[in-house]
Amino acid sequence: MRFAFTDDQILFRDTVADLLSKECPAEAVRWAWADETGRRRELWSALAEMGVVGLTVPEAHGGLGLGEVDLVPLLTEVGRVAFPGALVETTAVVAPLLAENAPASVAERWLPAIAAGEAVATVQLAGQPFVADAHVADLLVAQHDDRIYAVPGDKLRLTPQPSVDGARRLFSVEFDAADAELVVNGEAGWLAANHAFDRGAGATAAVLVGLAEQMIAMTVDYVVARRQFGVPIGSFQAVKHHLADAELKVSFARPTVWHAAYSLAHGRTVADRDVSLAKCFASDAAEVVARKALQCHGAIGYTTEHDLHFWLKRTWALAASWGDAAWHRRRVAHLLLDA
Amino acid sequence: MDLNFTEAEEAFRAEARQWLEANVPRGLPSGDTREGFALHVEWEKKLFDARWSVVSWPEEYGGRGASLWEWLIFEEEYYRAGAPQRVTQNGIFLLAPTIFEFGTAEQKARFLPRMAAADDLWCQGWSEPDAGSDLAGIKSRAARDDARGGWVINGQKTWTTRGAFCNWLFGLFRTDPEAERHKGMTYLLVPLDADGVTVRGVERLDGDEGFAEVFFDDVFVGDDLVLGGVNQGWGVAMATTSSERGLTLRSPGRFCAAADRLVDLWKRRSALAATGDLAAVGAGDPALRDAVAQSWMEAEAYRLATLADVTGIVEGRPQGARSSLTKIFWSELDVRLHETALRLLGPTAELVDDAPGAVDGGAWMKGYEFALSGPIYAGTNEIQRNVVAERVLGLPRK
Ligand SMILES: Cc1cc2nc3c(=O)[nH]c(=O)nc-3n(C[C@H](O)[C@H](O)[C@H](O)COP(=O)(O)OP(=O)(O)OC[C@H]3O[C@@H](n4cnc5c(N)ncnc54)[C@H](O)[C@@H]3O)c2cc1C
Repeated sequence: MRFAFTDDQILFRDTVADLLSKECPAEAVRWAWADETGRRRELWSALAEMGVVGLTVPEAHGGLGLGEVDLVPLLTEVGRVAFPGALVETTAVVAPLLAENAPASVAERWLPAIAAGEAVATVQLAGQPFVADAHVADLLVAQHDDRIYAVPGDKLRLTPQPSVDGARRLFSVEFDAADAELVVNGEAGWLAANHAFDRGAGATAAVLVGLAEQMIAMTVDYVVARRQFGVPIGSFQAVKHHLADAELKVSFARPTVWHAAYSLAHGRTVADRDVSLAKCFASDAAEVVARKALQCHGAIGYTTEHDLHFWLKRTWALAASWGDAAWHRRRVAHLLLDA
Repeated sequence: MDLNFTEAEEAFRAEARQWLEANVPRGLPSGDTREGFALHVEWEKKLFDARWSVVSWPEEYGGRGASLWEWLIFEEEYYRAGAPQRVTQNGIFLLAPTIFEFGTAEQKARFLPRMAAADDLWCQGWSEPDAGSDLAGIKSRAARDDARGGWVINGQKTWTTRGAFCNWLFGLFRTDPEAERHKGMTYLLVPLDADGVTVRGVERLDGDEGFAEVFFDDVFVGDDLVLGGVNQGWGVAMATTSSERGLTLRSPGRFCAAADRLVDLWKRRSALAATGDLAAVGAGDPALRDAVAQSWMEAEAYRLATLADVTGIVEGRPQGARSSLTKIFWSELDVRLHETALRLLGPTAELVDDAPGAVDGGAWMKGYEFALSGPIYAGTNEIQRNVVAERVLGLPRK
């Protein structure tokens, strides 16, 4: 029994954290809000070079051939800096889906390109109304009932769906059947779609933990520095208890997120339940933390001049995507009570 | 990351499960009444005879030298089997770790085996009428008696759990009234049959005599009953607070078992609701389904957090002040879990004892009453939140 990451996993995480803190500071998120595409291909390439983007791509296709557990600490760093980009879609969802299901021609066309950072991928599963980062995607993986298709990015017709998070880019997407190549269908198609959904939800939960941790860190710094009544506001018990509640939430969401990744990586039969627990707790935690963080900042946090709102808005967006807390709680209830 | 137990650990689990299934007593009354306590002590002795009473202790003191992982496994099996809360907990989980850390060889040999065997029954004497959250405000005094080689105690302790049924008390007493608050206290072991001790039972919220007030009137204890050095009491006592808040007092096995019972209760109540039974219709509320799932998830999250914490402890990364987060979480999940159970029971929730209409013998209301004390004892949750803010997050004290 050992419920912790290995030294190698932690070293990899620290290396990625280092890159992100240099290349993706808050100013980069601010830039992404204003820029037309909001995406910097160089940053994506730097992450690919480190092995992050191709982490789940099999070694034979130029990736690291690693799994969900290895990815979790990295996604938490991605959340910590509010990284704008489709890492959940590309690395957590599409790459393993193709590696496990795609015919050789499709796999060979896309997986090496993903690992090299040359192809950004995104995904639309049944029930997901919008597609993230479709404007920069080289590949869309889309589910229609039991069929999962691969569609080149330049064949997509996009309608922007602006998000409250200006660094996030969402679209309604259409494409012609003639441009879509079948990846998998039938029973295997349903299984692949369910698996992809669980991977996306689990990965998003890991991002939410990073967002929440960063909001706590920003708020702690702020309440120590900000003075009212002649003392730091962080010395007031009401402020302390807001932050203690925030820390409580994220502390008990974090291990559920690790566990969901472990269950997925080991193909445990209860992985769906474990993922739902993680996404429910991570969504819930990040939303509570966001509220507490804003309250402790006062009016400065209520401006767009301060950076906090990048994290608040990403939290609202991700807490509700890939199934919100209520949806996942219902799924746990179903698995637990209707069996 | 590897969430499998070793073969040896699984064998340990199988052995514990088999023994517990064959031996766990059914329908024991509350251990917080005099008669119930005596029956619980019998159970404790049975556990001891089969060497299950203190699995993590070294064999020479009556344990099995079990690892922390095995201890967790045992706790899981213990509560899974429906075994009762341990009336010896304040001795084996709070005092014993302190004796292991600070006790002399003589004290270990004298107290630990008898504690393991439930021959000595220990209560915790910290709180006083004017010192609850502010424990360093205790006033009970122990004055030096050089002639007899010991200490003379005067004062009062209160809220002493099961104090009326125990024969020993461990507590903090002021030995240097001139010293500043956190200094000048000494951790003493006091026999309750000593001259000058008066114990008065106090009824708790649930109607059991689970509390006691303990009065000390010129009670003499010898130097051999000082644990960890004169005027060192605060530091010695703090060693037990982290056990109390952290995982030793409230292992996840207990909450996982309670959550499983809640799921079972939901199934029974919603089946009844489906028949149109008016007393159960509330149980068909979809909000209650969500609440049951939420409680189950919280217990599972607590289990997972414990696996991470134990990994850290085993690898030399102790929990430190984060044990306050643990205490807040288990105590508040326990309250929510029981609130949900009572809502499932609707108008039968209030029935207790031998009310013929009571579901599960009224155990859920009893459990609720006990759960409500969780956010108060072992340091209130407000105090724990202060600790989290100041010592985990680093916010200024003043
Ligand atoms: C079931 C049960 C069993 C117990 N068993 C034992 C036992 O065996 N031995 C023993 O010694 N004691 C025992 N206690 C006592 C327990 O340790 C105290 O109740 C606890 O320390 C709180 O002290 P108090 O009750 O005096 O409350 P107070 O300290 O008076 O607190 C009352 C309220 O004020 C709040 N408060 C106080 N100070 C602060 C602060 N600084 N910041 C914010 N809020 C604050 C508290 O959080 C609480 O809500 C037990 C209590 C219970 C309920």
